[in-house]
Amino acid sequence: MTYFPEEVVEHIVDFLGSHRDRNAVSTVCKAWYQVERLSRRNVFVGNCYAIRPERVMARFPWMKSLGVKGKPHFADFNLVPYDWGGFAQPWIEAAARGCPGLEELRLKRMVVTDDDLELLARSFPSFKSLVLVSCEGFSTDGLAAIATYCRGLRELDLQENEVEDHGRQWLSCFPDSCTSLVSLNFACLKGEINTNALERLVARCPDLRSLKLNRAISVESLNRILARAPHLVDLGTGSMMVNHHTEAYHRLINAFLGCKSLRSLSGFWDASSCCLQAVYPVCVNLTALNLSYAPAIQGDDLIKLICLCFKLQKLWVLDCIGDKGLAAVASTCKDLQELRVFPSDIYGAGTTAVTEEGLVAISSGCSKLNSLLYFCYQMTNTALVTVAKNCPHFTRFRLCILDPGKPDPVTDQPLDEGFGAIVRSCKNLRRLSLSGLLTDKVFLYIGMHAEHLEMLSIAFAGDSDKGMVYVLNGCKNLRKLEIRDCPFGDDALLKDVTKYETMRSLWMSSCDVTLGGCRALAAKMPSLNVEIINESDEADEFQENLSDLHKVEKLYVYRTVARGRTDAPDFVWIL
Amino acid sequence: MDGGVGYADMDALKATELRLGLPGSHPPEKPLPTTTTTARPTKRSLDEDRAARRETSEGGRATSARATKAQVVGWPPIRSYRKNSFQAMKATAEAAGLYVKVSMDGAPYLRKIDLEVYKGYRELREALEDMFKCFEGCKGSEYAITYEDKDGDLMLVGDVPWEMFTSSCKKLRIIRGAEAIRGLGSSQ
Repeated sequence: MTYFPEEVVEHIVDFLGSHRDRNAVSTVCKAWYQVERLSRRNVFVGNCYAIRPERVMARFPWMKSLGVKGKPHFADFNLVPYDWGGFAQPWIEAAARGCPGLEELRLKRMVVTDDDLELLARSFPSFKSLVLVSCEGFSTDGLAAIATYCRGLRELDLQENEVEDHGRQWLSCFPDSCTSLVSLNFACLKGEINTNALERLVARCPDLRSLKLNRAISVESLNRILARAPHLVDLGTGSMMVNHHTEAYHRLINAFLGCKSLRSLSGFWDASSCCLQAVYPVCVNLTALNLSYAPAIQGDDLIKLICLCFKLQKLWVLDCIGDKGLAAVASTCKDLQELRVFPSDIYGAGTTAVTEEGLVAISSGCSKLNSLLYFCYQMTNTALVTVAKNCPHFTRFRLCILDPGKPDPVTDQPLDEGFGAIVRSCKNLRRLSLSGLLTDKVFLYIGMHAEHLEMLSIAFAGDSDKGMVYVLNGCKNLRKLEIRDCPFGDDALLKDVTKYETMRSLWMSSCDVTLGGCRALAAKMPSLNVEIINESDEADEFQENLSDLHKVEKLYVYRTVARGRTDAPDFVWIL
Repeated sequence: MDGGVGYADMDALKATELRLGLPGSHPPEKPLPTTTTTARPTKRSLDEDRAARRETSEGGRATSARATKAQVVGWPPIRSYRKNSFQAMKATAEAAGLYVKVSMDGAPYLRKIDLEVYKGYRELREALEDMFKCFEGCKGSEYAITYEDKDGDLMLVGDVPWEMFTSSCKKLRIIRGAEAIRGLGSSQ
């Protein structure tokens, strides 16, 4: 190692992009560790409590781009209490002190306050890109600070955040000198927007390529925006509510005719079938289409639209597309790689929902499919076996049968064989979500065949501890395991405690683990944070008073070098 | 209430089942309102009653298991952002537009249209023809467009001014077959 001059190592390391490669390089020897850490520009922290922010900044002082994730995935479904944690503040403060050259920040499932955003805006003179996904805790005042102080901002991308509306003036805070915007996404904002300010902003940003409007933006405003930004590649349409005998509708048709670069469309919040004709001219070039917020677009009109989109690679729709619509997708979209079908009627009786037939049709028509999220009311083993045979390239396979624990309706059998076929056939499967009636057998199959599986989500499945043990033993690359409402207990939890050091995290809720089991785990593995989230009345009790036999409602275990955390609320016990 | 205890149980169980809205094991039924109980015929034969009791006791355990499952937190696994958006959109859709159901004799399912989108009867007729053309068994068969008004009466579409029609129309029904068309000749 010593006869390799540092400059050469540096040069070689520069070619390494992936975090995994760079992490590997840094463990070779001290010299390489030094070279790597000073040259790393992109840092990703998958669990904000795995390490203290100061250590990250100290190790990577020349970091340009930072990504941090906070709450566990099941927080998306209200399983994690609001004030559990995942605060952005310590990260932004540490970065302001240690890495003032920061240019990009991406936060997911974190609590971000207006003060945090203001600190961010004022602390990084070269700041270019802010991406917030599924975050909460801030308002449009925080956005105003970003707009005001981030000179040279290129990207402001707000995806599915809960943002408090404090008025429309934030958009006017972009100074006249701001001409650098490339991407602006405020689709998740609920309030009104100053459309004049928006139109002027769009007009003075010639590099704008991605614009996603919120529901408050009318078609009249959309028309003016499209007239000024015909080079858009990615558009979220805003409300799209228009009657097709109006002037606005005709202008809309012309506006879309002018958008020769559009490749990705989303929004359509209030669009009705009749105004879809306006987008027909761009359909032939579309590679991505998100109609999952457009419940009024259904039936034949939806199918007519889909049949024009033969270059589509990514499609998000509601299940009112029906099996018939999916058949149309299968025969038209031969390049399809990602499909998501969301339920449109969560609480009612679905009569036009999709079934296993739709999925089979898709699999036989779209052989390039590698990513699936499919909500349906029923699935059969035969269908899954067929899908597995047709589409061996799945890397992400998430099937959600809406009725928990529902068997194959034809044979009344569990879906073990169907999912078994999927894991056997899809050798590159990295992410899997199971549903329906499942026994321990499916976990045996997963343990045996899902070699590259990194994330597994299980609900209402399994018969005994053996199920969980099969997975922990078999899946060598497992990083995240999340389980709810399964009969897995202490025996499974404690079978191989060192396994959790090789994983990012484990979540178990409404299972059979006890306080005693969790205490034992914490005692054996000081390198893990073992968190009990206790929202019941016993939360008032001191942890010491509860017996080992007390069933734990929610357990979150993760590896960490930070040893406990200082910001845990009362109902979170770190053992 | 006539019909005895079995009746009320069946009512309660049926209401619970439908409240969960998770079909698959039951044929699709019109969802019952969750707070009110439906009116049932008061007279029932003894055999029917016995059958109802049997059904109740067998279905009871499965139903209650399903009941617990469906009221579970965080299921189905959909991001709260999306769930909240849907609730907001449903509210707006119900508020804006004059959506009415359209049924056609012989068609397997109904459609819904927004009456506010059309300027008059001709457009409405064209839109309905377009919507249901795939169901025309014999081409060019006679049909009549009728609607149910505020009083629940079945009326022929086209007699009253358009605005009066849109404000009183509750649902549309396309009637086919020669018998229903009798008497149309004079008004068309």
